[in-house]
Amino acid sequence: MSAHTHVEGHLPHEPEKATLEGRNKILGFWLFLGGETVLFGTLFAAFLALRHQVLDGPAPNELFDLKLVAYATAILLTSSLTSVFAIQAMHQHKVKSLINWLIITVVLGAGFLALEIYEFVHYLHLGHGFTTSAFSSSFYTLVGFHGAHVLFGILWITLLIIQLAKKGLTVVTAPKVYVAGMYWHFIDVVWVFIFTVVYLMGKVV
Amino acid sequence: MDWLTTVDHKKIGILYLIAGGFFFLVGGLEAILIRIQLWKPQNDFVGADTYNELLTMHGTTMIFLAAMPVIFALMNAVIPLQIGARDVAFPFVNSLGFWTFLFGGILLNVSWIVGDVPDAGWTAYAPLAGSTYSNDHGMDYYVLGLQIAGIGTLIGGINFLVTIINMRAPGMTFMRMPMFTWSAFITSALILFAFPALTVGLAALMFDRLFEANFFDPSAGGNAVLWEHIFWIFGHPEVYILILPAFGIISEVISTFSRKRLFGYSSMVFATILIGFLGFMVWAHHMFTTGLGPVANALFSIATMLIAVPTGIKIFNWLFTMWGGSISFKSPNLFAVGFIPTFVMGGVTGVMLAAAPADFQYHDSYFVVAHFHYVIVGGLVLGLFSGVHYWWPKMFGRILNEGLAQLTFWTFFIGFHLTFFVQHFLGLMGMPRRIWQYLDGLGFNEMNLISTIGALLMGLGTIIFLINVVVTSVKPKNAPADPWEDGRTLEWTIPSPPPEYNFAQTPLVRGYDAYWKEKQDGHSGMTPAEPLGPIHMPSPSILPFFMGLGFFIAGFGFMYAPDWGHFLGTDLTVGHAIGIVGLLMVLICMLLRSVIDDHGFHIEEDEIKRDLGGKA
Repeated sequence: MSAHTHVEGHLPHEPEKATLEGRNKILGFWLFLGGETVLFGTLFAAFLALRHQVLDGPAPNELFDLKLVAYATAILLTSSLTSVFAIQAMHQHKVKSLINWLIITVVLGAGFLALEIYEFVHYLHLGHGFTTSAFSSSFYTLVGFHGAHVLFGILWITLLIIQLAKKGLTVVTAPKVYVAGMYWHFIDVVWVFIFTVVYLMGKVV
Repeated sequence: MDWLTTVDHKKIGILYLIAGGFFFLVGGLEAILIRIQLWKPQNDFVGADTYNELLTMHGTTMIFLAAMPVIFALMNAVIPLQIGARDVAFPFVNSLGFWTFLFGGILLNVSWIVGDVPDAGWTAYAPLAGSTYSNDHGMDYYVLGLQIAGIGTLIGGINFLVTIINMRAPGMTFMRMPMFTWSAFITSALILFAFPALTVGLAALMFDRLFEANFFDPSAGGNAVLWEHIFWIFGHPEVYILILPAFGIISEVISTFSRKRLFGYSSMVFATILIGFLGFMVWAHHMFTTGLGPVANALFSIATMLIAVPTGIKIFNWLFTMWGGSISFKSPNLFAVGFIPTFVMGGVTGVMLAAAPADFQYHDSYFVVAHFHYVIVGGLVLGLFSGVHYWWPKMFGRILNEGLAQLTFWTFFIGFHLTFFVQHFLGLMGMPRRIWQYLDGLGFNEMNLISTIGALLMGLGTIIFLINVVVTSVKPKNAPADPWEDGRTLEWTIPSPPPEYNFAQTPLVRGYDAYWKEKQDGHSGMTPAEPLGPIHMPSPSILPFFMGLGFFIAGFGFMYAPDWGHFLGTDLTVGHAIGIVGLLMVLICMLLRSVIDDHGFHIEEDEIKRDLGGKA
């Protein structure tokens, strides 16, 4: 509500926190991520409860190709770094550099998603379908929920890039960029847990 | 049209009250049909199948579509006023929350029209709720309807958390916040951490039912107990999501009508937080007989009994608040005072059930039914009635007829105890819950008859309340700003009903019970914390309505995807096509919301002055 207290044309160092709307948005998004944590926590719990129920389907240690997953992980973690660069560019009010870093982030995200789709198709050929076993259902649900989050993030950030190109960096667009950055980091953190709990533990046990 | 696009939290509160009130009547009607079926042994008023459907829909409707929305109605109507805010943090999201709740609720109840009604109990235990045993569309309605309604609850909770953290008036520290705001705050936190678990549970069940996943199907390696864990890690906090706002209401009402400061305010805050925390630690007490073993049972048993401590603190604080006060038994306080012994009785049977060995005896008997109705009806519903009577003048500018309100209380209160008190004994004598008939000669007949008479009496009480609403609505809007004359908190400092911008000038808060403190210091109103100026308000929007509608269409389409023919020769069925159209509708609305900047509008200074002149 205090958008008008801010002098037009002069952006503060942290434009995302300049208005009450911006601060509300950021706090609300932190809380939303708290809820997302419970969401993924429950998905992880379901996966852990069911991961040995492979029935006649392939077991995780026969299935997973760690090399492929490692590539995907590297790509996604790099995209988190480039999103940090984007936020840094925003704090320096370099709109062009901000947009470029966001584009790189989106491209890396799309690369990750392409690898994941390839991976799923590959598993399907190995007889690991969604309905094969309780393990497969919970695997595809957990990893697929994460993939859907990545897809949503890609669409979201693409839309933000268009908005930034049209409207520039303002106290309205800045909180949106900041929040999208938080979302992208969250997706990365979840992936780190998936890499550990699903793939590494699947290979070992 | 105005009501479809509004983002004003006071109007959204009224929408929640109307919709929640409607579903309360639906759920109540289902309850009365259940009780008519059980009024005599071997009655065949409704068939066994219909009975299961009534039972399931009664529980689901009352929890998700009646109790929670009416809580949200009061929170919307009151919270921004109590903390001295002009609005909620996310007015658009607030409106979206209402519409997703409403369309989810409608989707659930469409099941009655198509004749495939959910029938696996409100807990939807697997594998009963899976496609093997519930192979019509009934449970699909449950899964998708609740999923859509749940979105609304979650974003509503986030909205209140941010509003309370970021938008309090100057001087309104956390330890000066009114108890109702505190309870709404903790309730919202519980919603945030409990509802996503339900989201996952419902999604997994949906995958099991629609896409043949194997989460809860033991024959494919799935685990039915997993459903119980997921459901109750949501479901137990849900109980506290329901009861904490009632505690908040009771604290406000008892303090106001005793003309005394709430006794032990800081211990009340502490107890509320502690109850919220412990609410997450006790979910497995719903599963004592599942076979988790003695260690788990003992731990959950102890954790459950611990909750009695903060609850006891609250009960005694209310009693001490009344002690020596000049108590007035107007209708809100009547409900509040009636709440205390009723809720204590529900709490005592709760401790009895928390003893795991004893629970093996009480399990799935009418004793359990009696217990949770004492807590939820005797606790929450009496609390809500109290709150609705208390804040009615603030919401609508008219005071409810006091005589009819007293009559509502006595019929409802007596009806309630008639219905549920005897069910304790029915349970102890061995009458199981969820049965549609019982044999003659077991000694159940008289008490079931009494219970049915009580239920009808509660229905009568509700009808009297509705008559009161109609009678009151024809009166002119002439309620004063402080209709109870002993208002203690900020909402009573502004006109009834409040103007769109709530406070012409944000008030300066100087202590707990801000308005009461000013009255004690001999001031007639609050000291403003800012000069009079134009006020910025958000614009109304139709998008939330269409997003709710989009979810409704999507849910409906996907549910019937397996049944309907192929769409223009593709692999997709007509159902899929409809579902995708619905989801696209939601996504396009999100896109529009993101792209179109909402500059809002200003209410100018002379307009505010005109309002002030009219009222002062």
